[in-house]
Parts: sequence; C-alpha cells; structure tokens
Amino acid sequence: MKAGIVRFPGSNCDEDAFHAVADLLGQQAVYLWHKDHDLQDVDLVILPGGFSYGDYLRAGAIARFSPIMQEVVAHAKRGGLVLGICNGFQIACEAGLLPGALLRNDSLRFVSAPVTLRVESIATRFTAQYHVGQLVRIPVAHGDGRYTADADTLARLEGEGQVVFRYVDEHGEPTRAANPNGSLRNIAGIVSAEGNVLGMMPHPERAMESLLGSTDGLPLFQSILDTLQGGVSA
Amino acid sequence: MSRFRCAIHIVPRRGILDPQGKAVADALHSLGFAAVGDVRVGRYVIVETEAASADAARESLRAMCDKLLANPVTEDYDIASVEPA
Repeated sequence: MKAGIVRFPGSNCDEDAFHAVADLLGQQAVYLWHKDHDLQDVDLVILPGGFSYGDYLRAGAIARFSPIMQEVVAHAKRGGLVLGICNGFQIACEAGLLPGALLRNDSLRFVSAPVTLRVESIATRFTAQYHVGQLVRIPVAHGDGRYTADADTLARLEGEGQVVFRYVDEHGEPTRAANPNGSLRNIAGIVSAEGNVLGMMPHPERAMESLLGSTDGLPLFQSILDTLQGGVSA
Repeated sequence: MSRFRCAIHIVPRRGILDPQGKAVADALHSLGFAAVGDVRVGRYVIVETEAASADAARESLRAMCDKLLANPVTEDYDIASVEPA
C-alpha cells in the first residue's frame, strides 16, 4: 500500500499518520504538499488532523480549495480511498466528499480525551477487521466536531449503513454524556455512499501502540490494507 | 466597472443548535435582560468588489456565499448592503 498524507499549512497530525503507516504498518507513505497537483500514484489519501489555514472562516473551508484537493476529489470520484481524520473529516465535508457539516462543540470547549466508540458497520473498506458492536477506545481532540446534517441526510446515512462509528458509554449506549461534542445521533464517523471515503473525528492514528494507551485504531488501517491487497471489498 | 463595498450577514440556520448564541442569551438573562429570547451569533463579512452594477455585484456575492462564505448545510446568508465604494 502507498498512502499519501496531505500537508496543509496548519496540519499537525501529518507526522502521526505517517508514523502509523510507515513505521507501524510497514507500508509506503509519502507527504502530499497542498500546492501540488501530483498524488504520486497513492492508493490511499489521508487528510490529517490539524487546523488547516487556521480554521479561518470555517474549519476546512479554505483547505477545500487548495490545488491538491482538486486531485483528491478526482481520486475519490474514481473510487480511490480517502481517510479524513478530524480536520480531514471537516475538509471532506466542505469538499462535498461526505454529506453534512461539523460545527462548534456544543460545550464551546475544545475536547481532548479518549472516547469510547461503537463500530456500527463492518461492511466497509475501512472497518472489516472490527466486529459489529465492538467498543473501541480512540482519542478525540477537537473544538469543531459536532456532526450535523438535515433529517433526510441522517435518515439516508442510517438507512444505508453509512454511520460507521458512534460515541457511546462503557455499556455501548449512545448517551448524551458519552457524546463529546453534541453530534446528532452521536455520530463520530461516516462513510460515503460509494464506500470509498471515510470521515471521522476521533484519531485512529493515535491509537496504534499500547504504549500510548490503545491499539484500537490498528484494525482500521489493517482493514484498508486488506482492501487494497484484494482481501475484502465492500 | 464600479467599485462596491458590500456587507453580508451569515447566521446559523434556524433549527440548528447555536451554542454561542445560547451562551450569549444565558449571559443576557443573567444580566437582567429577561425579555431576550433566541440569540444567534453569526458573521458579518465586508467585501469590496468591482462590478458593472449593484445588481451584478449582488449576483457575484451570492455566488461567493454559495461557494465559500456560507456553508449551505448549516448557514443562511443575507446581503445586507451594496454601496458604491
């Protein structure tokens, strides 16, 4: 697998993503500069966390218009895999790769903490290595993570199995208290209708080593690897 | 072509939780402004642009809002004024 990690001015999880792919998965990773138009034949584009363009106007709003994003959108339209993490999820929504939007946390506070997620769907190219209903611990770190979409979009996401991760308590219940940002229906991550773009606010690339408290992000990257090596396709 | 100074209001759409607006409403209530109901906090953007006419400037502003300045999923916008600059 060859993964390309986009670097915008203000990206700050690019090295974490690179480390996850190159050092922990042992796969090829390259950085993709925001001003370039060359995706370097990568199989997977990672839009990493951070504060691209200072979150000016709205998180992700300016990054969407950078030269590399034109190529990322074309890559996605060809069916190529895109993983948007945190700010990357915001950018993917702004770019129209995923429906909905991410708004200011309802607490108005930046939240940096491990959270519990329930895996809602394993019929995706990103989650085949989990099992349905599995509870995983993955950290969040964001100020604008409140997933919002209109009622029709929410119904479609739920109906088509596009809700991939939900914030839950330790019993697996999507309670208000377990929701770090006020996301509608406790949505933490969604996949596109075509199944090739995943956006999530939690950081799986920071949950890859037991030294750092959790390895629950590892199956996500292994699922992508399997997909690209022809193992699983959904 | 003339130069126009244009003002745009962008606000969270009704029905979408605006925690900033709610925090401001709570603060106003605690200051004794009991009559205050809903408060929504948005952005006020001033754009200077060249255009053939005020109408052309408005049309251009609507395109700017649709493409960048407002998020069509969560925000409404209103072109408040278009004045010769």
